[in-house]
Amino acid sequence: MLALQGAFIEHVHILKRLPEVAEAILVRTQEQLESVDALIIPGGESTAMALIAERCGLFEPLRKFTRSKPTWGTCAGMILLANEASKTKKGGQQLLGGLDIAVNRNQFGSQVDSFETDLHMSAVLGESAPPFHAVFIRAPIVTALNSEDVQVLAKLEHQVGQTDTETIVAVRQGHLMATAFHPELTPDDRLHSYFVRLAQDYKGKSQDVVTMAN
Amino acid sequence: MAFNFSVPTNLTDITNGHAKPAQATFNVKTGLAQMLKGGVIMDVINAEQARIAEEAGACAVMALERVPADIRKNGGVARMSDPKMIKEIKAAVTIPVMAKVRIGHFVEAQILEAIGIDYIDESEVLTPADELHHINKHNFKVPYVCGAKNLGEALRRISEGAAFIRTKGEAGTGNVVEAVRHIRTVNSEIRRAASMGDEELFAYAKELQAPYHLLKESARLGRLPVVNFAAGGVATPADAALMMVWHGHFILAKVLWEVRVLWKGQLGCDGVFVGSGIFKSGDPAKRARAIGTFRRFISPILIPISINYSHVTYMSPPTSVPTVQAVTHYNDAKVLANVSEDLGEAMVGINISDLSEDQKLAKRGW
Repeated sequence: MLALQGAFIEHVHILKRLPEVAEAILVRTQEQLESVDALIIPGGESTAMALIAERCGLFEPLRKFTRSKPTWGTCAGMILLANEASKTKKGGQQLLGGLDIAVNRNQFGSQVDSFETDLHMSAVLGESAPPFHAVFIRAPIVTALNSEDVQVLAKLEHQVGQTDTETIVAVRQGHLMATAFHPELTPDDRLHSYFVRLAQDYKGKSQDVVTMAN
Repeated sequence: MAFNFSVPTNLTDITNGHAKPAQATFNVKTGLAQMLKGGVIMDVINAEQARIAEEAGACAVMALERVPADIRKNGGVARMSDPKMIKEIKAAVTIPVMAKVRIGHFVEAQILEAIGIDYIDESEVLTPADELHHINKHNFKVPYVCGAKNLGEALRRISEGAAFIRTKGEAGTGNVVEAVRHIRTVNSEIRRAASMGDEELFAYAKELQAPYHLLKESARLGRLPVVNFAAGGVATPADAALMMVWHGHFILAKVLWEVRVLWKGQLGCDGVFVGSGIFKSGDPAKRARAIGTFRRFISPILIPISINYSHVTYMSPPTSVPTVQAVTHYNDAKVLANVSEDLGEAMVGINISDLSEDQKLAKRGW
């Protein structure tokens, strides 16, 4: 669990409930990053996280990690994993990249525009599964899919931008996954289970346990 | 959150509960505070300072007209800031923007909500507009942060609808002793509550003047039921880390189940507010040194720092970045040692014993 800033402990609390997770480690240093099989980049402030990562000398190691190892970015994490982001701060925003998408930060506005809604995520949860209750806090939205490999996992039911793309709130591209909302803010652990299975697939061997980094 | 007391059906004519909108639910309100954890929220008085804070790694900014130390110095009535300045700050940065309103002044709050800021601080640092009542924060879409010196105050504010709590400390003194006192008080009161049976809790709630169900929730969790930040007098990176670490040894918690119940919650603060004059320097000669150090931490690009002269020397900008690092690495003494070096003149500050009773801002609010 990338623990530089943000809601990392909430992710850890969910991960601890999953039996396939051997250990949820808080990552703040390069050694800790190298010790884990998969990484979750939590919600928080993407500007702060990128700056702190740079100062800890963690930015390049993170970039290297996300090139090939299973990583899930929620909200701020989604922004950091995207190849392009708009409405970034005036000084520019360093991104880890890897996901062939473009995102728009704070798509919905400030906190008063934050909301909760249900998402039907049949690709992840199954056709007739109960919807996933999603919490959006100053959330971003996907504005462009720049590769055929990007799989759409969830869309909002209502129009929020100018194009149909601008309803996409969860994507996956191979070993990378990103959600604009915060599964860690609800007790529903289905998406965390999905990510753990993703991580297990990429680990190659059929091991039952996965060391997760938050 | 235990707000849903089940009134017996049809006991009265009034409809029981209302359909909550998907926006501004309590979950959504506390959600942003959860995202700010592990971060530093910095006081700023204009857009330029806000940009500096954003580049320093602040996770949010608190927009003020005057920093608490200046309010202290100037006296007079301190009110909500000019909306124009707040809008300018909002336009300048991409991180959340907060602003203060006077205790009880729900119209100042309506104005700030209309501007669309992310969090309102109903603050004892401004002159109270109501000496008996706080704002009914449930009525607003925008979430609130409030200060507290003890558990009773914290829970009363939460009961009124606050989604985020901070210690009051003694703002504008650069002296962390009061923030320490307040968090220790909250923590020890929660520990006491955690060791009590239900009958005792009913009595303790009366003693604390706190709502019973919130007290019970805090006792169960081992912490406040909302995010809790340190505030008031945090002047150095070491101060920031001090407020983060509070829980002692968790190893012990794994060994003894009884202890585990008491230590189960994280008793440290979830983050820090850093204020009073992070951007001021009383001495131009020091400014040059400060900029040098600042440059070392930020980047080779010189970022302009506005200067204001005052009688008190404040924490110079070099501490902004190290404070952010200290809050992330609060349990790594080596990192703390590194970031505490060479910060230039720290805030001179004020000894609490030098303040008269009416100068103590923390006494406001109840």
